[in-house]
Amino acid sequence: MYISPIREPLIKGNKTYSQITQDIAAPIEGKAGKTWYMGLGLSLSAMFFGLAMMGYTVWEGIGTWGLNRTIGWGWGITNFVWWVGIGHAGTFISAILLLFRQKWRTSINRSAEAMTIFAILCAGLFPLIHMGRPLLAFFVFPYPNTRGLWVNFNSPLLWDVFAISTYLLVSLLFWYVGLIPDIGTMRDRVTSKVKKWLYSVLSFGWTGSVKHWQRHEKLSLILAGLAAPLVLSVHSIVSSDFATAIIPGWHTTIFPPYFVAGAIFSGFAMVLTLLIVTRKALNLENYITLAHIESMNKIIIATGSIVGIAYMTELFISWYSGVEYEQYAFLNRASGPYWWAYAIMMTCNVISPQLLWFRKLRRSLVFTFILSIFINIGMWFERFVIIVTSLHRDYLPSSWSMYKPTIVEVGIFIGTLGLFFSCFLLFIRVFPVIAIAEIKTVVKSSGEKETKNKS
Amino acid sequence: MRRYISAYFTDEENLLSASKILREKNISILDVLTPFPVHGLDRILGLKDSKLPTVGFIAGGIGTLFAFGFQTWTFVVDYPLFIGGKPHFAIPAFIPITFEITVLFAAFAMVFAFLFRSGLGLGAKNKIHDERITDDRFLIIIDADDKKYLFEEIKVILEQEAAHDIQLKENN
Repeated sequence: MYISPIREPLIKGNKTYSQITQDIAAPIEGKAGKTWYMGLGLSLSAMFFGLAMMGYTVWEGIGTWGLNRTIGWGWGITNFVWWVGIGHAGTFISAILLLFRQKWRTSINRSAEAMTIFAILCAGLFPLIHMGRPLLAFFVFPYPNTRGLWVNFNSPLLWDVFAISTYLLVSLLFWYVGLIPDIGTMRDRVTSKVKKWLYSVLSFGWTGSVKHWQRHEKLSLILAGLAAPLVLSVHSIVSSDFATAIIPGWHTTIFPPYFVAGAIFSGFAMVLTLLIVTRKALNLENYITLAHIESMNKIIIATGSIVGIAYMTELFISWYSGVEYEQYAFLNRASGPYWWAYAIMMTCNVISPQLLWFRKLRRSLVFTFILSIFINIGMWFERFVIIVTSLHRDYLPSSWSMYKPTIVEVGIFIGTLGLFFSCFLLFIRVFPVIAIAEIKTVVKSSGEKETKNKS
Repeated sequence: MRRYISAYFTDEENLLSASKILREKNISILDVLTPFPVHGLDRILGLKDSKLPTVGFIAGGIGTLFAFGFQTWTFVVDYPLFIGGKPHFAIPAFIPITFEITVLFAAFAMVFAFLFRSGLGLGAKNKIHDERITDDRFLIIIDADDKKYLFEEIKVILEQEAAHDIQLKENN
């Protein structure tokens, strides 16, 4: 087996197979700490606050939001796009990096995929509530109905329905198929009868037979091959919601690649936010090492730079197009009443990731953590800028308007943050955060002893 | 009543070379249970390639035809509506949903085929040979009803490859 002389070990501390199992299963087997309960309590309260606000919206009507006739899409769609984007990093790590045979993904793919699923759940809530009558949400599916009508297959909003649902289902399948062997491990470790029964049911009767592994590997590879174009299609379709409209600032062909890059950019930031805390809290520093953080930071700088170039291209093209409305839209973005949102977006997404060219900063946990929060905020503002600043100056100055969210909209957003973190906190107590079986396959080529011996 | 020999390894390299020797001597290996996928083991054991890709391809093809056909039928045949003066048979507009449904069908078909063919699923009661298999032990199960070799002979081969707990067991 070829062992690179310059690469850092991906697993530190000369671990045996059994130690790996033990280390990764430890957070599930041990008692939850005070911080975990506090985190869950906080997340659940945020979630219930959000639920109350959602209930209020449905009860009272969408008029409780700060939207008006000019600005029909505000925080709701901003949050939708933001959450979908965050999900993209999980699929990127689990599918695209698998196809590129990047071994470092084995330490982070499980938690990133889980994050994807929770993020899509949060995202899906927004269009649902924004309908105003969520009980009629099934109207978006093409089913034979008494009106004899079909849904509009020419509309990107409908493509979105299919893209997001497919994305959620395929991510769920991919995640669960990967989990089966590890649930088997948990089944064979836990002692309590109830837990053993539960893990036994969830493990689908996994035995570890060589034939099953052969199929499992094949399945993972093909699912990755399917998920890779899928993830690219999802945000391309989300961007088409805007790009096919004739609103200046939305009507651009650059949107699909620009949105996909931005999605992976923001997703990796969220993965870093979660994992920098998780690795410390669960004592997984030997598995999610500084080398992993650095690799992710390199992806952040690559995608962040693509996003930066996309912003510049947009500005250039709006000038070059010679279209007055187009030029005004971008000038107004940078210098109009929402200039501060544009400035936050530019600072967080274009300038701050460039600091990662310094190796010291790429490998600094504190810096990376702060930067990841910055990027999360910046990418949220990107969507806010695209949606609100493009809408608030309509063609007719008589329709010009301003938008301010109400507590209801803010509450719903806080609620989804609560839902997301509650799900993640429960996940780390139930399922192994790192793919145990997968990481054992790389320990021989990327363990500490092996990499040191050959260099 | 079937008899089989079970032996444990702690390292996949030993498992690989032991399986190779056993296969060369034409001793039939019933199953190998490992905590993680050991690359190259399926080739040594002479396992056929998995047909899951074919399943995925066929199901994906059905998805493509179904999605494209359905959209065409609703918009061209069943209820042609004018939307912004656009053509009823709008091929490019049908592609995104066709793609999504293709992926959806292929993924579900492959996962169900995998579970079905491997006998895995909710409530599956497969025999768990040893709880260490999902941790750090590699278990090889050798057919002992094959009268070509005696138990002792196989044991010697296995011991040379650092196997332990070599036992002759009976299955009922």
